[in-house]
Amino acid sequence: MWRFVITRLGLVIPTFFGMTLLAFFLIRLVPGDPIETLAGERGIDPVRHAQLLHAYGLDQPLWTQYGIYITKVLHGDLGKSIITQAPVMQEFLALFPATVELALCAMLFALLLGIPAGVLAAVKRNSVYDHGLMGAALTGYSMPIFWWGLLLILLFSVQLGWTPVSGRIAVAYFIEPSTGFLLIDSALSDEKGAFLSALGHLILPTMVLGTNPLAVVARMTRSAMLEVLGEDYVRTARAKGLPPWRVVGIHALRNAMVPVVTVIGLQVGVLFTGAILTETIFSWPGVGKWLIEAIARRDYPVLQGGMLLLGLIVMAVNVLVDLTYGLINPRIRS
Amino acid sequence: MQVAPPMHPSAPLLEITDLQVDFPSDMGVLHAVDGLSLQLHAGEVLGIVGESGSGKSVAMMALMGLLSFPAQMRAARMHFAGQDLLQASAAQRRAIAGKDMAMIFQDPMSSLNPSFTVAYQLCETLRLHRGMDARAARAQAATLLAQVGIADTASRLDAYPHQLSGGMCQRVMIAMAIACQPQLLIADEPTTALDVTVQAQILELLAQLQRAQGMAMVLISHDMGVVSQVAQRVAVMYAGQVVEVQAASTLFDTPRHPYTLALLQAMPQRSRGAARLATIPGMVPGISDRPSGCLFAPRCAYVQTACSAPAPVHRAGASQVRCHFPLNAPGGPT
Amino acid sequence: MATSTPSPFSAFWTAFRSNRGALLGLWTVLAIVLIAALAPSLAPYDPTVTDNQVFLTPPAWHSGGSAAHWLGTDAIGRDILSRLMHGARLSLAIGVAVVALSVLLGCALGLAAGYVRGVFDMVVMRCMDVILTLPSLLLAIVIVAILGPGLVNAMLAVSIVVLPHYVRITRAAVLAEAQRDYVTAARLSGAGHLRLMLVEILPNCAAPLIVQASLGLSTAILDAAALGFLGLGAQPPLPEWGTMLADAREFVLRAWWVVTFPGLAILITVLALNLLGDGLRDALDPKLKR
Repeated sequence: MWRFVITRLGLVIPTFFGMTLLAFFLIRLVPGDPIETLAGERGIDPVRHAQLLHAYGLDQPLWTQYGIYITKVLHGDLGKSIITQAPVMQEFLALFPATVELALCAMLFALLLGIPAGVLAAVKRNSVYDHGLMGAALTGYSMPIFWWGLLLILLFSVQLGWTPVSGRIAVAYFIEPSTGFLLIDSALSDEKGAFLSALGHLILPTMVLGTNPLAVVARMTRSAMLEVLGEDYVRTARAKGLPPWRVVGIHALRNAMVPVVTVIGLQVGVLFTGAILTETIFSWPGVGKWLIEAIARRDYPVLQGGMLLLGLIVMAVNVLVDLTYGLINPRIRS
Repeated sequence: MQVAPPMHPSAPLLEITDLQVDFPSDMGVLHAVDGLSLQLHAGEVLGIVGESGSGKSVAMMALMGLLSFPAQMRAARMHFAGQDLLQASAAQRRAIAGKDMAMIFQDPMSSLNPSFTVAYQLCETLRLHRGMDARAARAQAATLLAQVGIADTASRLDAYPHQLSGGMCQRVMIAMAIACQPQLLIADEPTTALDVTVQAQILELLAQLQRAQGMAMVLISHDMGVVSQVAQRVAVMYAGQVVEVQAASTLFDTPRHPYTLALLQAMPQRSRGAARLATIPGMVPGISDRPSGCLFAPRCAYVQTACSAPAPVHRAGASQVRCHFPLNAPGGPT
Repeated sequence: MATSTPSPFSAFWTAFRSNRGALLGLWTVLAIVLIAALAPSLAPYDPTVTDNQVFLTPPAWHSGGSAAHWLGTDAIGRDILSRLMHGARLSLAIGVAVVALSVLLGCALGLAAGYVRGVFDMVVMRCMDVILTLPSLLLAIVIVAILGPGLVNAMLAVSIVVLPHYVRITRAAVLAEAQRDYVTAARLSGAGHLRLMLVEILPNCAAPLIVQASLGLSTAILDAAALGFLGLGAQPPLPEWGTMLADAREFVLRAWWVVTFPGLAILITVLALNLLGDGLRDALDPKLKR
């Protein structure tokens, strides 16, 4: 078991270095003078140029620069935003909880709807439920989510007036950020209606971001269930006279969940991708929106740092998923 | 080995009359079981012999209620322990399965759920059918494991199926089957997937349990030798029909159906020295080449023109033979 | 009764034909290709012509709409139907170009990595790991941010993002086949490395490559549209569907048709391609198992 853990962690190291290398070279790949890129200024006079050259360490050999960069990264120093002059890490940490809250809710949405849908489709194979659910899943999978978000806003916010158009909570409320998760913070605060407001603001973005994972989970659950339902041990469970809900819900589902869990973990990357678009549409103050704005403003340290951090997070989640898979699968555990 | 002589109360424990199981497909309808009629008394051991595709497994699965889409089943009569199975609801049949009527299957390693321990799977049956609580069930599970010849019950209880050998898995399956002291145990090719040395042990175990608990048993196999050791009566199946039923003691010397004779002649144990093993020319009929008359006629060494009509069933006591011209009968060919 | 074994293609076609969803996908894709091909003659207007007299006209069946503009006009008076048709050309071209580029590059890398092994293989696979780990749109955005917004750069970015899939498939096929006896035999009889790779090994990964490519087509179109929506892909006045949505965003309240139709076009195209891809995979499956 421990061998498995160590081996898996070992694979992380080259990927970590690869990502930092990519981030490191990013600035240097931008056409033009790296100093101008880093400082965000144009037409710097030669004296200041030489000063900045030294300050940014660009007069050192490449490997030394990389070494310095890695050391800084490991200390959490990812440079400063050109626009706000605030440390990138600090801005990231301030905005990340909003993205996580949205991503978690979206994943929950996907699981709560997707798994039962997949099980139903598998148990009633080739029925109208099966074709209908899988057709809906394929549509959800093919949906451009930036359009889907606009459409839902059009319907629910504009036409029906049920949900707000943007933001995390009504402007009237001011909640002290303690956990960073507005749902929790607003529930803990004294302000009346804050929790409901936060919830209301979450509904639409959750649905939009969760549509793609929902489709993937439903399809994956269905195919895993179909395979498992044909296995000998399900036949044994039936031969024991177990009620159908037990055969499907315990004996079959338990084994079908293994591939599904793996897929869930791998959806994290997709969730971040979707979050970029979702946050843009709903003006959700998270990391995605931050990155998009950084592009328009040529804030390269933010881009570099944000990309690296998100990439590392996805990598960490992948490792966790692999380790969890090892735990679930008794063959590896013993 | 000797089995206990059967008692014959007036009413049979199991009575099946004219069982039909069809599998519709794009290429036509497959008659997996075609007019099967069997009787079994309490405490009696019946062997069912036939090639793959003879319908022996499908018939027993129909009895247990394990057939699923697209199988279509109908029968004139299917009674077990005084209960009409055809009229029984799904819940009533589930109450019988695993309790009064149990079945074990061919591949023990895949017939146990890989994600649950032996204890969990054993206790499940006990808690469902005998209403035991967790502790009583676990104690009883240990007793059952000892009954099927597994030493070191404590550690085996908490083992996962992949940690056990094939023979041991089959013993666990048998323990699950006898947990509620069933009146009928159906063993579908229980030794086919096991090593030769283990085969004898499992057969011995089954015979011993049958004697001790006085339960009726149906032993399905494609191997005449296996059946001859344990069964009192033997039914021979071909292409979904029962072609012969006779007491085991007389079947091997005086088979009455040409197919039975051919099977016996093809047994390696009966080969004489360097003579080539006898084979049966031709192939079992599939969907598209099913004869309208006697099903065995195309391959029969004794075929005559009358055989192009469906063969009649001659009954004599507990024996029957489906043939126009049965062998070893007064006036017929020998 | 003797039956002749059907040719691989007719076996595939029979399996494919029985899948109604796949057929629907096929016909839809063909229709879109037709529209795209004939767009210059089919479209009622030139997609770049603006006409301030008729800006933000609703679709023909709405009050205020007219038959002159079936699907209405956008903020500067361009006919939406015509723009959608020309957008089909763009999207299909983007999809094909991206897939072609990634297949070529991916196959080359995969073949080389699987064949040469050693440090080269390790480096390539680690690079692919990094690309796969990074969220796809994020990487594409960063690439475009570096190279500058534009259609060509967007296509390049998307190609790089999907590259790892093709590399993996090809490399896996190479690893599996390189052990086989016929390859050793060919090598012993003096076949050069290049010939071995192209003639012997490549045909064996054709099936999974085809499936991946057809599914990759839909991903490419979706990703390119996303970049267009973010202002990083095709630039106005190009009638790319994603770019059309970017322009339309501010008119969500006033003119729902400017937002709905381009997105619908994307959805239908991607859905049809996915149906087609799924159908291809299911029909080729018995062969994939070989």
